[in-house]
Amino acid sequence: MSATAPAPHKPAQEADERLLTTSPLKKLLGRPELGSVVGAVAVFLFFAIVADSFLQANSIATVLYAASTIGIMAVPVALLMIGGEFDLSAGVMVTTSALISSMFSYQMTANVWVGVGVSLLATLAIGVFNGVMLTRTDPPSFIITLGTFLMLTGMNLGFTKLISGTVSTKSISDMEGFSSAKDVFASTITVGGVDFKITIVWWLAMVAVATWILLRTRAGNWIFAVGGGEQAARAVGVPVSKTKIGLYMGVAFGAWVSGQHLLFNYDVVQSGEGVGNELIYIIAAVIGGCLITGGYGSAVGAAVGALIFGMTSKGIVYAEWNPDWFKFFLGAMLLLATLLNAWVRKRAEATK
Amino acid sequence: MARVRTGVRAVGAVLVAVLGASLVGCSSTGGKRAEDARKAAQASGRAAVDTPRWTFAMITHSGDGDTFWDIVQNGAKQAAVKDNIKFLYSHHDEAQQQAQLVDAAIDKKVDGIIVTLAKPDAMKAAVARARKAGIPVVTVNSGSEESKEFGALTHIGQDETIAGEAVGDELNERGRKKALCVLHEQGNVGHEQRCEGAKKTFKGEMKNLYVEGTNMPDVQSSIEARLQSDKDIDAVVTLGAPFADTAVKAKEGANSKAEIDTFDLNEKVAGGLKSGSLGFAVDQQPYLQGYEAVDLLWLYKYNADVLGGGKPVLTGPQIVTKDQAGELEDYAKRGTR
Repeated sequence: MSATAPAPHKPAQEADERLLTTSPLKKLLGRPELGSVVGAVAVFLFFAIVADSFLQANSIATVLYAASTIGIMAVPVALLMIGGEFDLSAGVMVTTSALISSMFSYQMTANVWVGVGVSLLATLAIGVFNGVMLTRTDPPSFIITLGTFLMLTGMNLGFTKLISGTVSTKSISDMEGFSSAKDVFASTITVGGVDFKITIVWWLAMVAVATWILLRTRAGNWIFAVGGGEQAARAVGVPVSKTKIGLYMGVAFGAWVSGQHLLFNYDVVQSGEGVGNELIYIIAAVIGGCLITGGYGSAVGAAVGALIFGMTSKGIVYAEWNPDWFKFFLGAMLLLATLLNAWVRKRAEATK
Repeated sequence: MARVRTGVRAVGAVLVAVLGASLVGCSSTGGKRAEDARKAAQASGRAAVDTPRWTFAMITHSGDGDTFWDIVQNGAKQAAVKDNIKFLYSHHDEAQQQAQLVDAAIDKKVDGIIVTLAKPDAMKAAVARARKAGIPVVTVNSGSEESKEFGALTHIGQDETIAGEAVGDELNERGRKKALCVLHEQGNVGHEQRCEGAKKTFKGEMKNLYVEGTNMPDVQSSIEARLQSDKDIDAVVTLGAPFADTAVKAKEGANSKAEIDTFDLNEKVAGGLKSGSLGFAVDQQPYLQGYEAVDLLWLYKYNADVLGGGKPVLTGPQIVTKDQAGELEDYAKRGTR
């Protein structure tokens, strides 16, 4: 028998894997939004070929508007999902926020900006309510926000009817502060003869801020940690409750922005609106590479998910397909985009 | 805990500040104060008859927060006050639930039932049960064909196909060539009938566009997208009043020359007709549907009167244009048109 014992240590050239330098290409392939970007390009090329008018500058502005109204909510919803939680109340919260601004200003005959401020506080309070309920009690966020969703739906109708006497709010377009608020939340910016809605700016700003929070701040680390493993995060001293409440407030802020857009774009708010939109936000986040189980995803991905949604829903109209099949086409496109996204992610992980 | 309390105190301080600002930051135009001034002299109703206080129940297929059904209710309530009626209202957009609500009204032994037959088959048994219990039934809005067969006294409403045909005629008269029919609820039979009717009489080409009615930005961008992709469209017909104004925005966004027309009225539609941003509106007079339903039930209970001779009593279509808009705007503002 040979007396040479096996080397007790790994060969020295295999350094600690955490210290390995990865090539930029590999880094790119590992990004969560890569799959959705590929999907977005595919959807874009598809409709550019199928629909003649899809590539016009005006059409692109319309698609971006559709995407931005989803994206403003999809970005904070994605952050929340990275943190491992859901918010089913996000859709009606938008309507609630718009209703509060409108009715407060109208009933108090106050400057419109006062209503906008009150609505910001009230909407953030709903976010805090969701967060505190979740962190202080046992049920999962799915149930808690479902409860909030139903309560808000009822309150939207009940309060509007009680206060305004009808199910939609009264017009506030003749009140002071309306035009300046409209400039902020619902104006159009003309670039090279094409009208772009200001929601696109809000959307991009939210993506930028969310990305900065996620990748450059301590709070960003907390979000990933909380979503990846709550107990482990708590054990290493991450303020789990605070992080989650903050994430719900983020969603509430998005709902406030969307709600103010709704109000100042259409001037009158229908109290029954918004139901079902929460799923669209979640879908956009998932297409954008957020894992439903939490701990993985990006704000840019959610924005691209919203873009895919916007391109698909409007592309079908540009292509003038038979409207009877509208929902089917929409569903099939989304499924394809998600599958492509998952496939690219798997490839990316395999090459690591 | 201390930190939480300071947080609460901070929020409280901000709230007080905002409420304070609201008193200072008043708007000198519009708002509740302007409305109060408008209706300062409006009198409230009181019973005009001394018949026993009967109870009538109205059960509709309305979804939550539908402006149209709000006006129907306003009409019914007004008639109920006048006729010394206790008026109960309930609604559910799913046929099965609506039928259960009718059952509940029968159990309550109301003196009359007003019901919509949007999904007639599901409501057949419920109406039969009411008849068996000796409760007179009036149908409103939808179900003009089934009403008599099911044993209702009268049907009050608009025939959706006829209303659609009126739209087609009006579009012809206005020299329109290519129209878009915007449906905000996929699978609603009444909506399909409206667009079908319009297609039947319209000499040009008409296409359907389905939009997500609960999502206004989606409605706007979808219409905008269609107008961009087809520059020949010179008329857009929306099926509900809240969508007309959105269609106007879409038209502006798409730089289209299309005329926007709509079914149903509200304050904004009346204003739009007045300013010329809308071409015409097809009104089925929802106030009349609610008012007449209660009044006809009262007439039946009091005097065994039946209106219509077994045929539906039509409340529309009434084509409303710029000429009537000024007058109707005031009525729409108070929620009766």
